[in-house]
Amino acid sequence: MPASPAIEVERLVKIYKKVPAVDGVSFAVAPGSITGLLGGNGAGKSTTIAMIMGLITPTSGNVKVLGAEMPQQRYRVLHRMNFESPYVEMPMRLTIRQNLTVFGMLYGVPDLVGRIEELGEALDLTELLDRPTGKLSAGQKTRVSLAKSLLNSPELLLLDEPTASLDPDTADWVRAHLDRYRRDRNATVLLASHNMAEVERLCERVIIMKRGRIEDDDTPARLLARYGRRTLEEVFLDVARGRIEAREAAQ
Amino acid sequence: MSANSESALAFSPRRVAAMTLRYWYLLRSSWPRLIELIYWPTVQMITWGFLQYYVMQNGGLFARAGGTLIGAVLLWDILFRGQIGFSVSFLEEMWARNIGNLMMSPLRPFEFVTALMVMSLVRLAIGVIPVTVLAFVFFGFNLYGLGLALVAFFINLMITSWAVGIFVSGLVLRNGLGAENLAWSIMFLFMPLTCVYYPVATLPVWLQPAAWALPPTYVFEGMRALLIQQTFRADLMLDALALNVVFFAGGVIAFLKLLQNARRNGSLIQTGE
Repeated sequence: MPASPAIEVERLVKIYKKVPAVDGVSFAVAPGSITGLLGGNGAGKSTTIAMIMGLITPTSGNVKVLGAEMPQQRYRVLHRMNFESPYVEMPMRLTIRQNLTVFGMLYGVPDLVGRIEELGEALDLTELLDRPTGKLSAGQKTRVSLAKSLLNSPELLLLDEPTASLDPDTADWVRAHLDRYRRDRNATVLLASHNMAEVERLCERVIIMKRGRIEDDDTPARLLARYGRRTLEEVFLDVARGRIEAREAAQ
Repeated sequence: MSANSESALAFSPRRVAAMTLRYWYLLRSSWPRLIELIYWPTVQMITWGFLQYYVMQNGGLFARAGGTLIGAVLLWDILFRGQIGFSVSFLEEMWARNIGNLMMSPLRPFEFVTALMVMSLVRLAIGVIPVTVLAFVFFGFNLYGLGLALVAFFINLMITSWAVGIFVSGLVLRNGLGAENLAWSIMFLFMPLTCVYYPVATLPVWLQPAAWALPPTYVFEGMRALLIQQTFRADLMLDALALNVVFFAGGVIAFLKLLQNARRNGSLIQTGE
């Protein structure tokens, strides 16, 4: 029998003052997989992720995460998941160690001191652990956010633009770490991004969103073949600029 | 994991301790924050203390009501600083853009509120205890001389301050930092009506029912009864407590409704203005 999906989204709708931000989205994410949610600004990626996390209540439709209805049953599963997003930050005046201690206690992480040391080593933060978070560079802050999101060894990791505003070297380093974590722990990852290279490198499956709807959903290889393109960026531009519809209409 | 520990009503002292630790780290990392806690209560107490000294020297009613003004100042500070202590700890999360992290963690709303109440007590202790010592040294007013009455006053004022703090936090959560000013000013709405410095009888008759609908009014009337007539009015304290139960329950219900509303409106991921 196939394992039940880590995330199930069914006819999800979110309307803000009569404007649909997400408009009838349905998909399921298999456990242990890494899926990219691709789309331009305002495509509905962040709203979809926020509804999956239970931070936003859908106007209609259902979201199930690790078998729990969101947001009603979120406390059944919040300790098994975690997230990283540019819309939230870690308290700046606290040191990295203090921040990770507080979040570790909130998540009930066993052997917290050891886990912080372990993450410090894995994310190259050991030397910085006692420095205030506000005094770190953008790349270091991203690594701290990543450390927080991995603190409870989550089965499900939701990432919203995890490498936004990072230099290429740091971004590549973060991607490599995420990929390694996913493989080591057989974790499920849902990644919202408009960085095509990132999605192409990390994701086994890509869901392309536009104006709150799913425009396409497939593996990167099949998307490239279907659109007759060499990179996901070209596929994305085709979708974003409506070239496929234009071509089909012309034919 | 038991079903109970997975419920929204589950309560974990560990998570409350985590949040209290977070605020403690913050407080001790910043000496301006610590100074600010003591600064205003001290300035206020000294100003009103000298006024009382002047009035007492010139005889009249207040000469017989030794300590009424300083007592009122100190009790008002408990009410005001209690609410500010609660609200500022909450606002720290908004300023730090940390609300999303907390709302996505297993922290329950009741645990969050409990940690904020603990911090309001800690901040109040840091701010007001030194001022009560100064009041004794400068003006010979011993707040602790009120004995058990002080405990009754304190409990009632703290519950009111938390009820208001919880309500304001809900408003900020729902409306973003644009509603931040309410946290600093809402308690001043109470000031004229709760009759901090004068008896309820001073108000126009039509306004008096509004004053008696507020729990702190009973505390300030009780303080005057104690200092002027040397009578502890237990009836006033029980009335205040009953009203406080209603206020606190109202604050919690409003907070939960506003949180629900914030989830509907997406305010939890847009915590700016």
